Amino acid sequence: MSGSNEMEISRRGLLVGSAATAALTTVSVADSQAAPLQPQPATMKVTMKVNGQRRSLDVDTRTTLLDALREHLKLTGSKKGCDHGQCGACTVMVGGTRINSCLSLAVMHEGDEITTIEGLGTPEKLHPMQAAFVKHDGYQCGYCTPGQICSAVAVLGEIKAGVPSHAMADVTARPQATNDEMRERMSGNICRCGAYSNILEAMTEVAGVDA
Amino acid sequence: MKPFTYERAKTPAEAAAIVAGRPGAKFIAGGTNLLDLMKLEIETPTHLVDVQDLKLDRIEATREGGLRIGANVTNTALASDDRVRRDYAVLTKAIVAGASGQLRNKASTAGNILQRTRCPYFYDPNQPCNKRKPGSGCAAIGGYSRQLAVIGSSDACIATFPGDMAVALRVLDATVETVNPQGGTRSISMADFHRLPGNTPQFDNTLQRGELLTSVTLPKPIGGQHFYNKVRDRASYAYALVSVAAVIQPDGTGRVAVGGVAHKPWRVEAAEAAMPQGSRAVATRLMAGAKPTADNAFKVPLVERTLGAVMHDAGMKRTAA
Ligand SMILES: Cc1cc2nc3c(=O)[nH]c(=O)nc-3n(C[C@H](O)[C@H](O)[C@H](O)COP(=O)(O)OP(=O)(O)OC[C@H]3O[C@@H](n4cnc5c(N)ncnc54)[C@H](O)[C@@H]3O)c2cc1C
Ligand code: SF4
Repeated sequence: MSGSNEMEISRRGLLVGSAATAALTTVSVADSQAAPLQPQPATMKVTMKVNGQRRSLDVDTRTTLLDALREHLKLTGSKKGCDHGQCGACTVMVGGTRINSCLSLAVMHEGDEITTIEGLGTPEKLHPMQAAFVKHDGYQCGYCTPGQICSAVAVLGEIKAGVPSHAMADVTARPQATNDEMRERMSGNICRCGAYSNILEAMTEVAGVDA
Repeated sequence: MKPFTYERAKTPAEAAAIVAGRPGAKFIAGGTNLLDLMKLEIETPTHLVDVQDLKLDRIEATREGGLRIGANVTNTALASDDRVRRDYAVLTKAIVAGASGQLRNKASTAGNILQRTRCPYFYDPNQPCNKRKPGSGCAAIGGYSRQLAVIGSSDACIATFPGDMAVALRVLDATVETVNPQGGTRSISMADFHRLPGNTPQFDNTLQRGELLTSVTLPKPIGGQHFYNKVRDRASYAYALVSVAAVIQPDGTGRVAVGGVAHKPWRVEAAEAAMPQGSRAVATRLMAGAKPTADNAFKVPLVERTLGAVMHDAGMKRTAA
């Protein structure tokens, strides 16, 4: 990310910030009345650890975690598909747990550790799941891929941790990385090109089980 | 999204007082339902009170032998708890039948119970909807109603409560604990928590403004075989057309609640007396008075068949044991 870009953002943040101060007075006036008046846009500062680096941002409160990553930090690996938690293209890990970054506000993540596809591996040093997706052609157009890979890594972690799933007949059992288990657990990531079976092969290889 | 201000509350009473004292203020937990609706401007809060620092994220044993689940325990944490898996398997099964892994990691216990309907007209601001805009009419009545309610509906609204977890909580006789803006607490049974639409479909439940859900309590375990059978349009990641939560005892008696058919998890205790006579006898009593539309009339026999499948499985397991 270029330095001039950061300058741009903080200057814009400052401008919006002064608008927010003006908004505060409006809010308290509105409070004394019966009907809630919508306040002016408000900005807040949020500090997160993104892919191991401390990042501070001034964001409009409405900014989703996804938009903070993509638009403010220029980490455009995480994708905006449906923007309503239905497709999984925005999947990132927060404190090691996968979530839909489109249905979370940036300001809710003060102090959180975020891992995006950019933090899993680099072109020179791929994460084993990234390498397996390449080897098994786990994509066609590639748009859902960052979300698929973040989810796939987290799914193997969830199976290891014993998190139950709908694929288990006996929910008291320990789950195994079977095809049925991985398919069910990946159902929150939609692939328009239908690369599902190749994604499964990639996951199977990383899980170290026979396909 | 409309602009809003945001803060994190420190204590439950403080959170309740802020929301009660500010018109347009709302709690936010995982955000997976509220933000979805805010993006469509169906919900337009002016102030959000984040409940993540309220320390309501523990599952504790109660003196009565049950479990108290903090309002902010995630769906994943609740479904994964060993005590829940062992003693309240219907709850784990219902949770993992809902949404996706990512969503369950963020979805809270309170937010799940309080999720709003998925009626397609509620989601479309161009359509009349008494739930979204009281008095505007109901586009679903006479519209496309395949997903919607078949029982307990009114001339004002035929929406369903869409969730899965609450159906299991209903069958387990759970109670919901709340704190109000004055700091007072109360306990509401799941039976009385969600309401029927009547003439005021804008109210999904019996919570007062500013009342914060703090925990959900499960009574001591009742044993039996636990089932959650969810019938939907695809194998995973879709809302229920019909779902059956059941706990069936070795003598063939049991409890049944149904999801996807009404404005609340649907349970008729009197119908359960007919369990030994089979699924038809139970379903006839459970669904007595159903008023389906042409689009969703299939749900009434589907309740009986889904229950039949559950009772068959329970019988098979009993014979095998
Ligand atoms: C694509 C998709 C598919 C889904 N599929 C399913 C499914 O199959 N089955 C299913 O059951 N669910 C499903 N869901 C819904 C999901 O379970 C809910 O979005 C989630 O449970 C809401 O929890 P939350 O913590 O994110 O709530 P939020 O969005 O934070 O809040 C929801 C509501 O609860 C209120 N609230 C939150 N906490 C409190 C509190 N402590 N006291 C008082 N009020 C409070 C908020 O003000 C808000 O009105 C799906 C959601 C999506 C996006
Ligand atoms: S059924 Fe209820 S939620 Fe749906 S359009 Fe009618 S009033 Fe609105």
